[in-house]
Amino acid sequence: MPGTRIETLPQLAALQHDLQRARSRWTRTVLICGGTGCRAAGSAELGPVFEREIANAGLGEQVNVRYTGCHGFCERGALVVIAPERVWYQGVRLEDVSEIVSETLLHDRPVDRLLYREPMTGETKVLERDVGFYARQMRVALRYNGEVDPADIEDYLSLGGYGALAHVFEAMTPEQVIEEIKRSGLRGRGGGGFPTGRKWETCRDAQGHLKYVVCNGDEGDPGAFMDRSILEGNPHGVLEGMLIGSYAIGASQGFVYVRYEYPLALENTARAMDQAREYGLLGDNILGSGHSFDVEIVRGGGAFVCGESTALMASIEGGVGEPRSKYVHTVESGLWERPTNLNNVETWANVPVIIERGADWFASVGTESSKGTKVFSVVGKVKNTGLVEVPMGMTLHELVYDVCGGVAGDRELKAIQTGGPSGGCIPAELLHLPIDYEHLTEAGSMMGSGGMIVMDDRTCMVELARYFTSFLADESCGKCTPCREGLHQMLQVLNGITQGRGKDGDIELLEDLAELLTWGALCGLGTTAANPVLSTLRYFRPEYDAHIHEKKCPAGVCRELVTYRVDPEACTGCHLCARNCPEDAIKGEPKKPHEILTDRCVKCGICFGVCKFDAVIVE
Amino acid sequence: MQGQERQETDADTDIALLAERYGGARGLLSILQDIQAEYNYLPRPLLGKVAAELELDLSHIYRLATFFKALSVKPRGKHLIRVCLGTACYLRGGPQLVESIRHAIGVRPGETTSDTLFTLETVNCLGACALAPVLMVDDRYYRQVTPDRVGRILDAYREGVSDSNAGD
Repeated sequence: MPGTRIETLPQLAALQHDLQRARSRWTRTVLICGGTGCRAAGSAELGPVFEREIANAGLGEQVNVRYTGCHGFCERGALVVIAPERVWYQGVRLEDVSEIVSETLLHDRPVDRLLYREPMTGETKVLERDVGFYARQMRVALRYNGEVDPADIEDYLSLGGYGALAHVFEAMTPEQVIEEIKRSGLRGRGGGGFPTGRKWETCRDAQGHLKYVVCNGDEGDPGAFMDRSILEGNPHGVLEGMLIGSYAIGASQGFVYVRYEYPLALENTARAMDQAREYGLLGDNILGSGHSFDVEIVRGGGAFVCGESTALMASIEGGVGEPRSKYVHTVESGLWERPTNLNNVETWANVPVIIERGADWFASVGTESSKGTKVFSVVGKVKNTGLVEVPMGMTLHELVYDVCGGVAGDRELKAIQTGGPSGGCIPAELLHLPIDYEHLTEAGSMMGSGGMIVMDDRTCMVELARYFTSFLADESCGKCTPCREGLHQMLQVLNGITQGRGKDGDIELLEDLAELLTWGALCGLGTTAANPVLSTLRYFRPEYDAHIHEKKCPAGVCRELVTYRVDPEACTGCHLCARNCPEDAIKGEPKKPHEILTDRCVKCGICFGVCKFDAVIVE
Repeated sequence: MQGQERQETDADTDIALLAERYGGARGLLSILQDIQAEYNYLPRPLLGKVAAELELDLSHIYRLATFFKALSVKPRGKHLIRVCLGTACYLRGGPQLVESIRHAIGVRPGETTSDTLFTLETVNCLGACALAPVLMVDDRYYRQVTPDRVGRILDAYREGVSDSNAGD
């Protein structure tokens, strides 16, 4: 489109102003969550119906309908927020739309049945800020998720978007930008926790004319989806962060590496890049500053190891995603052996906010060594599953109970797994720990990318360690022997223990192999791969002992160590279990107690899951 | 994407165009992904063409094609079922979903049904943990799936096929 290109800083300011004024004619905005979660709950169909009903009600001129990125409370989708008050509706379906329009938009009345009720108190909440899940959050990286339409650069611009970049061009030298980021205390949000400003400085100081910046969106940790949500919901925030970084470092080319499993993140990021180019915010001589920078998007190939920086770079170069030894750091010799600065999506998303609000403000949030906020995906056996952003230093207990409503079914919390397959399990007795890089590492886990998996008393910790080891053995690229063979051997031992073939000496063997991995593996995947085993051994040793010596699984999970039977008192003979049994191992007349044929039962647990009367018993 | 796959016999994909778009050999992964999107897998004759166009050994192409999970050198079914086995889904019943799908269509993960209607795969994480356990059929997400819903979900795709063979 000709004429949209912004050539100078005053032009940008004027456009931001015009867009803001044009938007002020709307008295209300209907913000529909268009994240992956809410789309799965049917949010994609809501928009056109809202628009039709609003037009029918004669509100077409005053009310704007907009799809936004992920609001975070995915479990309650589809989510709809009515701004500016931010009335918060959950589980919205097509048939609810006309009532929202006639009640809330026309008569300022909330629709009671769509409001949220606090799981702990049963209290009804009308506004988003009063909903417990949001009340204690502080949204920095996620600030425009749930606010802007990621498909429309003008939405971002109307909120002052790309203003931080303009400020940097106008008033700061590259050195001053680096100083500001250093002073803010921002550390890498992808797991490493390395100080971002120092990384930028090393890359700026590195020899070489051509330099690169990379955004790592290869979010492979199972249980973490903050990078997906940020790229889906606010791709321009990430691009603006990369632009600021490229100016500070002196890089002219950037890459965004996104998992292919995230189609919507790929789509929204690619569109944002096209729009930024069209508006002159990517390309040559951006805003007349003399700085030139462009970005290319690279689809990941579905390999967990590509989250490791050298493997990711090998993949961008067109090779297989295998890591290399890092005796020379990538900031000095990365992509095509040129200085390359890689940061995670969430790290980049923090950058414009730091420039905008200042390093002092950012450093005032969080703890002594961990500044700012962190986005966590709290999942597993928890009531309020979703994406939350809280100040560093909040305790695990506050996060699980105050923000996320506690354990599902009010069961007992057993442990929290943090840091993905490279992390570890933190037991319930350490819930008072503040969440920061140091405390989690001391406890034998790590911050990682921010996945938090809540586990209740029905989770077997040995099986969990086996799950992660199996995951890593599968994802090991095979380049170095300690990782390729060590993980395989650990998996054999753990398979034996969970299948009732555990024996004396198994634990010592696991510990030996863990040491081999920690000291001998080539990259981060291998050196941290023993953490799930080591941390569960540290806190849940009796569970290992029960499996090995008593051939029992205390949590009732490990197939070979449990039996399933039907409680004849509780069984109503509804036949649901028998219909779902993959092995035809359940017999019984309709409306009479059923029976599980132990010789045919493969202990898959489906009957246990489908029974509505708690009549299937695991022993 | 799924359901529109073409036959390798009409493999007239313009490899030179793809190579130009993705900057030659360094864009190999992207080139293979585009071919995969078109055919649902990587047909052998096309890999030969890619090797010739990029002046790479065919073995290098295969190394990449078999390293990345997004790529498949085996033909896949009309519909791709992906069951998430990320930690959250694993804890909330993902493995049971695999069992019941196996029961429903008679193939294990990585296999394709004999009528080539379905391919079953497991994935490490779809990043939709709040919807756990989640499964995808082609581009569509199904949230909080219980084993008893599996049959109904798959039936819809079976019927879709009987209505029209042209696509879904």
